[in-house]
Amino acid sequence: MSEHMSQASETETTEGTGRIKSVSGPVVKAVDLDARMNDVVYVGDEGLMGEVIEIEGDVTTIQVYEETSGVAPGEPVENTGEPLSVDLGPGMLDAIYDGVQRPLDVLEEKMDSAFLDRGVDAPGIDLEKEWEFTPEVEAGDTVEAGDIVGVVPETVTIDHKVMVPPEYEGGVVESVEEGKFTVDDPVVTLENGEEIAMRQEWPVREQRPTVEKRTPRTPLVSGQRILDGLFPIAKGGTAAIPGPFGSGKTVTQHSLAKFADADIVVYVGCGERGNEMTEVIEDFPELEDPKTGNSLMARTSLIANTSNMPVAARESCVYTGITIAEYYRDMGYDVALMADSTSRWAEAMREISSRLEEMPGEEGYPAYLAARLAEFYERAGYFENLNGTEGSVSAIGAVSPPGGDFSEPVTQNTLRIVKTFWALDADLAERRHFPAINWNESYSLYQDQLDPWFEENVAEDWPDKRQWAVDVLDEEGELQEIVQLVGKDALPEDQQLTLEVARYLREGYLQQNAFIDVDMYCPPEKTYAILSTIQTYNDEAFDALDAGVPIEDITSIDAAPKLNRIATQEDWETFVDELKSDITEQIRSLY
Amino acid sequence: MKEYQTITEVSGPLVFAEVDEPIGCDEMVEIETPSGETKRGQVLESEDGIVAIQVFEGTTGIDRNASVRFLGETLKMPVTEDLLGRVMDGSGNPIDGGPEIVPDERRDIVGAAINPYSREYPEDFIQTGVSAIDGMNTLVRGQKLPIFSGSGLPHNDLALQIARQATVPEEEGEGDDDESEFAVIFGAMGITQEEANEFMDDFERTGALERSVVFMNLADDPAVERTVTPRLALTTAEYLAFDKGYHVLVVLTDMTNYCEALREIGAAREEVPGRRGYPGYMYTDLAQLYERAGRLKDREGSVTQIPILTMPGDDDTHPIPDLTGYITEGQIMMDRPLHSQGIKPPVNVLPSLSRLMDDGIGEGLTRADHADVSDQMYAAYAEGEDLRDLVNIVGREALSERDNKYLDFADAFEEEFVQQGFDTNRTIDETIELGWDLLSTLPKTELNRVDEELIEEHYREDASAVDAEAEEVSAD
Ligand SMILES: Nc1ncnc2c1ncn2[C@@H]1O[C@H](COP(=O)(O)OP(=O)(O)OP(=O)(O)O)[C@@H](O)[C@H]1O
Ligand SMILES: [Mg+2]
Repeated sequence: MSEHMSQASETETTEGTGRIKSVSGPVVKAVDLDARMNDVVYVGDEGLMGEVIEIEGDVTTIQVYEETSGVAPGEPVENTGEPLSVDLGPGMLDAIYDGVQRPLDVLEEKMDSAFLDRGVDAPGIDLEKEWEFTPEVEAGDTVEAGDIVGVVPETVTIDHKVMVPPEYEGGVVESVEEGKFTVDDPVVTLENGEEIAMRQEWPVREQRPTVEKRTPRTPLVSGQRILDGLFPIAKGGTAAIPGPFGSGKTVTQHSLAKFADADIVVYVGCGERGNEMTEVIEDFPELEDPKTGNSLMARTSLIANTSNMPVAARESCVYTGITIAEYYRDMGYDVALMADSTSRWAEAMREISSRLEEMPGEEGYPAYLAARLAEFYERAGYFENLNGTEGSVSAIGAVSPPGGDFSEPVTQNTLRIVKTFWALDADLAERRHFPAINWNESYSLYQDQLDPWFEENVAEDWPDKRQWAVDVLDEEGELQEIVQLVGKDALPEDQQLTLEVARYLREGYLQQNAFIDVDMYCPPEKTYAILSTIQTYNDEAFDALDAGVPIEDITSIDAAPKLNRIATQEDWETFVDELKSDITEQIRSLY
Repeated sequence: MKEYQTITEVSGPLVFAEVDEPIGCDEMVEIETPSGETKRGQVLESEDGIVAIQVFEGTTGIDRNASVRFLGETLKMPVTEDLLGRVMDGSGNPIDGGPEIVPDERRDIVGAAINPYSREYPEDFIQTGVSAIDGMNTLVRGQKLPIFSGSGLPHNDLALQIARQATVPEEEGEGDDDESEFAVIFGAMGITQEEANEFMDDFERTGALERSVVFMNLADDPAVERTVTPRLALTTAEYLAFDKGYHVLVVLTDMTNYCEALREIGAAREEVPGRRGYPGYMYTDLAQLYERAGRLKDREGSVTQIPILTMPGDDDTHPIPDLTGYITEGQIMMDRPLHSQGIKPPVNVLPSLSRLMDDGIGEGLTRADHADVSDQMYAAYAEGEDLRDLVNIVGREALSERDNKYLDFADAFEEEFVQQGFDTNRTIDETIELGWDLLSTLPKTELNRVDEELIEEHYREDASAVDAEAEEVSAD
C-alpha cells in the first residue's frame, strides 16, 4: 500500500513529537523530533504544514508552508512520517491549487473569507464526489504497475485513465467494479490483495517512473507565428522565456496555455501576481480549446502560489505542478506545463538557504541551484510509459532576470539545460512590437527534428521559407547599423528594398497581438501563408527593380500595406489569394 | 505582564534580550529606557531563551537596564470609518489634535494574503484626466500602478493631480452616489516636511482631507518605523474597501525610503545581502505590500495603489524599481529630459505600461477605437524617437518625407498630447480625439495598427491635406 503523506491521508501522528526551538520567518528549528528528510510535519499549536529540510544532531530544520507570525518556541511539532505528496486522481482538471495542492476554492469556503487563513487543510481532490468508473480489464487478466484498468470521464474533453500505481507489484485481477464510486473506493482488486482506487499519491520531489525517454519529433503547435515559424518547441521539449519586467513573459505563457495543441495544460503561477491567476480563472472557462472546441478549463489545472503567499510553498509549487503533469502523461497524454516564474522559485530556494546559513553560491543562490533546475527540466520529455502508451511533458519556464540582465545565474543555468530559448527584449516591448521576442537572440534546437512534421503537415518548403525570412531579417540587422549612420536614402536601391521587405516581416508576420480575437491564435497554415505572401512581394519587387523600375514606384503600390493586414483577416485564405494576385499585377504593370 | 531587564546586546535598530518564556515571532514589545522613555518594537526572531527585537523609534538611550515588556500580540491597527479626515504619525498615533480614535476593530497589520480565487479581475476604467495615463497607460480600479521617478521630478504633482481628478465615468442611468465612496489614503515614508506640506496643503485646499487618512513618517522620523507605515495604511485601506465599500486610492511615497529601511535592518541582522546590499527577501516583502491592491468577488470596494519611488541615479535596473516593476501592474515613468523641456507631466510613455489596460478599455468601457489609437501612437512615437538620433547626424534634409512626418509626430505628441499641465483635466473623449488629430498628420497607409473602419470613421482627411499643402508651400 502506498503510504505517502498527502492532505487526503489521515493526519495521525505516530512518530516522535518534537518542540520548537526557534522561529525565523518561514524557517523553524525543532528539537526532539524523530523525522526523516522531506517528511511533512505539523508545526505549533495551530498545526501549520511544513517539511523537514535539514537534520543536524538533535535539531531538525523545517520550512513552513504558512505564515509563522506568533508561533513561539516551546510549541509542539508533530511528524506525519511521510514525504510531501500530491493526490492524483479525477478532479484535478478545472481545479485551482496553492503550492501544496490545497484547492483554493475549498479553502475560501472553509475559511469563509477572501483572505488566506492559517492551519486549514483540504485534500487535493474531492474525497466524497462519486465518479463513473468503466473498467477496461476483467477478472483473470494480468496487470502490471502502470497499466490502465479503467476510465473515468473527468471533463468533457478528458477521459481520466485509472492506473495501477507504479509501486504496486501487479498480478492477476480478482474482481472488478463498474459504476459510481468515490476516489478511495477500490475499483479493481488483485489476487495478491492489492486494491486499486481512482486516487494515488506520489511524493512531489520524485520523478514518476517510465520505460524510456525518446527523441521528440512532433511540434507543440503554439498558434504563435514567431514560435511555430522560427523557434518551434517539440511536444516533450523544454523552453525558457527570459525577459525584464513588462516584456511579455506572462502574456506568452497565457497564449501557450490557451492555444498550444497539448491535451492537458498545467499552469503554475509561481510567486507572481494574484490578478494574473484571476484572469486565467475568469477567461479560460469562456475560451474554446482550438483542438476540441470545449472550454479551455476542461483541460487545465492551475497552481497559484502568488508572490504574497508563503515563500516555502512557492518552493514546492513547481514540483506539485510537474508531478500532476507526469501523472497525465502516464495516461498517454501530451501535457504542457508552464511555470511563471522559475526565478521566483529560485529566489525561494535562496531565501530558505540563507535562513539555513548555508554557504551561498553565485549571487547568494545556493550551490545546488543548477542541479535543481536541471532535475526539474529533466522531468520533461517524450516518454514511453510503463503501460506502453506514449506521452509527453513539455516544460516552459519564464525567467525574470534582475535588471533584465541575462548573465545572472538563473538565466544562465536554465540556458544550459533547455533547448528552446525565447529571449524577450525590453526595446521591442517599448515600441509595442509584440510578442517582444528577439529574433536574433532566440533559438530552437528542435528545428531539424520538427521540420519533417511541418513539411508533411503544412508545406513542403516550410524550412526554406523560414530560412529566407531569417536571412532577410539578418540582412536588415546589418543594414540598420549603416542606416543609423547615414540614413536610409543613402543606401543602394536593392538594400532599401530589403529593408522594406524586412519591415513587412516584422510588422505583418512576427508581430501578433494577443488581445485581438482573430490574431491571438494563428494556425500553422496561416503562418505559412503570411510568410509566403510577403515572399511573393519580395520576388516580384526585386524582379521589377532589376528591370529598372524606380524603388518608390514599387514600394508605393496599393497592395503592399495590406501585407500587414493578413493577420487580422477572418477569411485570410481568400484575402491572401487576392493579395498575391494584386501584388503581382500591380508590380508587373510598372514595367 | 512580565518585565525583563535582560538586554544583552544593542546593535543598530536591534535589541537582543534573554527571556524565560516562549515569545512569538512578530510579537509587539515595549522597551522603557532608564530615562523613562517608552519605545515600541517587534520580535524579529525568537529562540529558546533569546529574542531579537527591532525597535521602531531608534535604539538611542537603550542600555542594559532598560526594561522590556512583551505585549503578547502582533502589531494591530485600530480601524474605523472615523479615521477619514485624520492625520497620524508613521506608527498610527494621531498628530492632528483631534479626538481619540475609537476603533471598530483592531486588525493585524501584516494582512493575510488574498486568496487568488476570491479576487475579481480589475477592469473598471478610472479617468485620471491625464492623457499620458488615460490614453496610453490606462489605470483601472484595483490596480497597482507605481510612478517611477527621480529626485527633483514633479512626481508629487502628478500623484496629487490623479488623486484630485480621478473619477469613474458612470454608465447612463446609474446614480451618482458612487462619488461619496471614494477615499484617499496617503502613506508617507521619510519624505521632507516641505513635501509633506505640499500634500497637506493640496488636501486642505481641495477639501480632499475629509475623505483621506494620512500616515506621516517624515525624513527625521525613525527609519525603522517606515517598515510599518505602509502596512498601517494598507490595513486601513482594506478595511475601508472590503468592509465599508469604499473605492480607496492609496498613495505611498517614497518607496525608496522604505527599501532603505529594510536594508538597514538586514545589515543590522548581519544577513547575507542580495543585490546592492538589499535583502534577498525584498521581492517577497514588497509583494506583500503591493499585492494588497485589488478587488474581491461580491464586494463593493477596491484598493488601488499608486506607490511613488525615486530611482537612485534615474536607473530603472536598480533593485528598487526593478523588483517593484516585477510585482506591480505596470509603471508610469517620469523623464528628466521631458521635464527640462517643460513638459507637464513629464511622462515618457515608451517605458511606461499599464498591464490592466487591455481589459479596461474598448467599446462600452472607454471607446472602441482606444486600443488601436494607443497602439498606433506608441509605434509612431517610438519611430519618431528613433529618428531623432539620426537627424543629429545627417540632418532633416537627408531624411525622406515619411521620416520627417514621424519626426513631427514625435514632437507634437510630446508638446500637445503629453503636455497638459497639472491643472488640466481632460476627459477620455478629449484625449482620444487629440490622438486622432495627431495620427491624422501621418498618411492613412501608415496607420496599420488601426482597424480600417475606424480610420474611415475618425481620420481627419483635411489634416493631412492641410499638412501636405503647408509642406508644398514651404518647399517652394
Ligand atoms: N503578444 C502580445 N500582444 C499584445 N500585447 C502584449 C503581448 N505581449 C505582451 N504584451 C503587453 O505587454 C504587457 C506586459 O506583458 P507581461 O505581463 O506578459 O510581462 P512579463 O514579462 O510577464 O512581466 P513581469 O516579469 O513583470 O511579470 C502586457 O500587459 C501587454 O500590454
Ligand atoms: Mg509576468
